[in-house]
Amino acid sequence: MSPHDVRHHLAELSPQLDARISDHFEDVVIEVGSANLLQTASELLELGFDRLGMVTAVDTGDDFEMVYRVTSRSLSCSAFVKTRVGRIEPRVASLCPVWPAANWQEREVWDLFGIHFTGHPDMRRILLPEEWPGWPLRKDYDDPNVIRRPDYI
Amino acid sequence: MAIVDNIGTALSGSGGSVILTSVDKLVDWSRGQSLWAFPMGTACCAMELIAASFNKFDFDRLGTFPRPDPRHTDVMILAGTITEKMKPAVKLLYDQMPEPKWVVAMGNCTVSGGIFYYDTYSVVRGADTFLPIDVYIAGCPPRPESLQDGIIQLRELVREESIAPGKRHERKTLLPRKGEGAGDAL
Ligand code: SF4
Repeated sequence: MSPHDVRHHLAELSPQLDARISDHFEDVVIEVGSANLLQTASELLELGFDRLGMVTAVDTGDDFEMVYRVTSRSLSCSAFVKTRVGRIEPRVASLCPVWPAANWQEREVWDLFGIHFTGHPDMRRILLPEEWPGWPLRKDYDDPNVIRRPDYI
Repeated sequence: MAIVDNIGTALSGSGGSVILTSVDKLVDWSRGQSLWAFPMGTACCAMELIAASFNKFDFDRLGTFPRPDPRHTDVMILAGTITEKMKPAVKLLYDQMPEPKWVVAMGNCTVSGGIFYYDTYSVVRGADTFLPIDVYIAGCPPRPESLQDGIIQLRELVREESIAPGKRHERKTLLPRKGEGAGDAL
């Protein structure tokens, strides 16, 4: 299957998943609603996207955007999956059942953004101490212990 | 060092201060010549620590070589950024080292937080906020020569100790701590 065929196949799937397909340089970008995320992931795995390289989130100010980057060694191509979650008690389905590599990366997103992954086997903080208050990578995070860099440096 | 400590107690009990001076010198000299190091490498500085231990710089010739077990070591070399999450582990390993023990802070991160001093929520600003540091080595990272120079300076400190219980010097620090004057402004 060539990258062209992959795009074609994804375009065929998109109405069923309510997904928007676009291109970003070499990569396919698939934007789905959070309800269809798990199904999209299993479809991608079925297609041959067997490696989850990155899980991260973006704080857009109004809500959070989850970003997953998956690659396929057999198809030699990669894709981004994006989905949006609300700011208040954000929750999104865990992709651990599909790609076990999601485990620690989702814990990192939980640690720094406070996005809860439903169905995750071990939803604990990973980089910060367990009793840490707040979610440091959110734009509205404010820590009194942080010393701001003076302008003259 | 239990045997050495007992020598100190026995000799001071018998009032042999002249002999004790010589024993002191001998013990301190030997301690200084074999400061086994516990390499607490937590970030990039650990690379220079590793480089210092291998053949080009050859730390062994100073009697310092890395042991992975804190219970075998005399000096803890803190090399790298210490995060809030790592802090309890560093403290625990320090507590496991037998007395007498010394700590060398290698690199700006362990001295003051280094480049992570500003705008960072997760980094401890200087290891001296929770451990007694004996030698500070600046640099990001310091070259292996600086580290070896630091160990040679540490020997000077080691030679100030006495094995007699009553004469043991209080742990000296080369720089003022937070809350003791000069450090307050930070
Ligand atoms: S002082 Fe520099 S080289 Fe050393 S741990 Fe910090 S950032 Fe890394």
